[in-house]
Amino acid sequence: MMDSILVLIGAMLRIATPILFGAMGETLIERAGVLNLGIEGTMLLAAFNGFVAAQLTGSLWIGLLAGALTGVLLCLLMGGLSVTLGLNQHVSGLGITLLASGIALFAFRILYGGATTPPALADSFQPLNPFPNTILTPVFEQHWLTYAALLSVPLVTWLLNRTTFGLRLRSVGENPEAADTAGINVYRMRYQALILGGALMGIGGAFLSLAQLGAFAHGIINGRGWVAIAVVIFGNWQPNRVLAGALLFSGVQALQLRLQAAGVALPYELLLALPYVLVIAAIALVGRNISVPAALLKPYRREG
Amino acid sequence: MLNLKIEREPAPLWLRLLIPVIAVVVTFALVSVLILWAGASPFDAVYQLLIHPLTRTSARADILMMATPILLTGVAVAVAFVCGYYNIGAEGQLYAGAIFAAWVGVNAEGLPPVVAIGLMLIAGFLAGMIWALLPALLKSWLSVDEVVTTLLLNSVMLFIVSALLNGPWRDPVSGWPQSPTIALNAQFPVLIARSRVHLGFIIAVVSALSVWWMLARTRFGLELRAIGKNREAAQFLGIPVRRRVLTAALISGGIAGLAGVGEVGGIHYYLIGSLSPGFGYTGIIVATLGALTMPGVMLSALFLALINRGAISANRELDVPVYLSDVIQAALLLVTLAVLLLNRYRIRWGR
Repeated sequence: MMDSILVLIGAMLRIATPILFGAMGETLIERAGVLNLGIEGTMLLAAFNGFVAAQLTGSLWIGLLAGALTGVLLCLLMGGLSVTLGLNQHVSGLGITLLASGIALFAFRILYGGATTPPALADSFQPLNPFPNTILTPVFEQHWLTYAALLSVPLVTWLLNRTTFGLRLRSVGENPEAADTAGINVYRMRYQALILGGALMGIGGAFLSLAQLGAFAHGIINGRGWVAIAVVIFGNWQPNRVLAGALLFSGVQALQLRLQAAGVALPYELLLALPYVLVIAAIALVGRNISVPAALLKPYRREG
Repeated sequence: MLNLKIEREPAPLWLRLLIPVIAVVVTFALVSVLILWAGASPFDAVYQLLIHPLTRTSARADILMMATPILLTGVAVAVAFVCGYYNIGAEGQLYAGAIFAAWVGVNAEGLPPVVAIGLMLIAGFLAGMIWALLPALLKSWLSVDEVVTTLLLNSVMLFIVSALLNGPWRDPVSGWPQSPTIALNAQFPVLIARSRVHLGFIIAVVSALSVWWMLARTRFGLELRAIGKNREAAQFLGIPVRRRVLTAALISGGIAGLAGVGEVGGIHYYLIGSLSPGFGYTGIIVATLGALTMPGVMLSALFLALINRGAISANRELDVPVYLSDVIQAALLLVTLAVLLLNRYRIRWGR
């Protein structure tokens, strides 16, 4: 019994990793006033570019860097459209998701043809095992990126709440006019949030291709970007609560996998859908009380 | 020194008419990088994409067939966007319509075709409305942002479809995750001999024309447009904003449901998980490119269908991956959004 609970926790942490990276990136960006619906496509293209770079150079680290850079570039594009040009954030973000997904699938076809089995890396990131052959092994035998994802939560909290940078970032997401009056460059702040957040999203995507799967497949992201957006709202834009949301989500998913593997006859899809329904219910219950960044979705236009 | 001045003035008419052309040219210029990478000449690719499909009867029919679902989702998205309700959930609403249509179709044995198809359409429209209802109510009662709720419900719907197809609806004969085939009398008639253009195309055009009439000629349509232009002013004028937006959201869901009916009744004849390769999201592109007007939506649905068909030609003739059409459509969306700014600003060169 204890064993299976520990295995479950281990699976939960593994499943939470890409979602956490994405959600922390999205939190930073949304706190600065930009809803980035490009996250789904950004994570997909980052997973792909990370994979290709690792395969070409033989270095997983260069792959990870390529993934992060992909995230940064696509978020800069999001900034160009939604911050500089002040275009509708929903449509720009969805456009970026569609564009990045299209490019990833197009490039996959060119590089790997119509391969039915996904190409795999000769060598992928291996899990660390700090407590070998103990009862704790299934919990702690994780990729270092999983530890990094967990660590990113207090880091983002600290960045947002304890630094001048965070104060400024929040101020352009809450009241850009006042921030501007106080001498903060709203555009630059939003770009900085997008760069940081983009790198996190990119790493989240690359985690899947470089560590968890060691391969690339079309459905590798499979809605994890949307889940990240959902848990950001579920977590009320607070990193700690976002973590709770991500763990809840991945916990249910881990349970579902376990039940399915144990051959329990359950419509497992309904369990998979449960976290989404929970998020919607949470949003509905909290309703207007959620502390959405006041300037979210509002492009800032400087007068004059 | 020469400098660029951007002023907030409406652009002259000739520029506004030129905007789609500029957008298409810029998009193809950007995408030509990918075409070159695929080892083809961009000019050949443009020929295959935009001209070649028009030269063949069968390809022209394919364009109408491919335009059918995205015209419906485009109309659906436009109805909602017009009043500022960002329905991103057309994909899920489409599947809701497909589920109901498949259920009616499978059980339509013995009914006259008109009744069977009529019932499928009604059921599909209702299903789309039902799937759109929750986010719409949350929006109008609690001001909960509809973007995230509609988006998440798309994922939930995919799980429901998968649960149905792996559970009670798994084809008993083949064992594949697909529903039983709908009755023969529920299958949409084909409009053009030796093609797959089906009744759904007429339904799509009629939907677009009805919505056009509704937006242009009815009080309700006028109110929707007023709400979209300025919500506060509309409220001030005594328009019941929440109720109108709720109605528009439901109509939007219903029309998206019809797109699912068309795919089940006219193309596949059964429900499968891969029924829609993202028609709901393409609808957002169609609606945006069409500037949320019905003539625009019809034109852009046909244009995107042309590109989809052209990508198949380009794939056959030049070995360019067929995903080129996805890239072009998304790039066209973003470029158009950016170029549309020319509408609002006038660029001046001066000293």
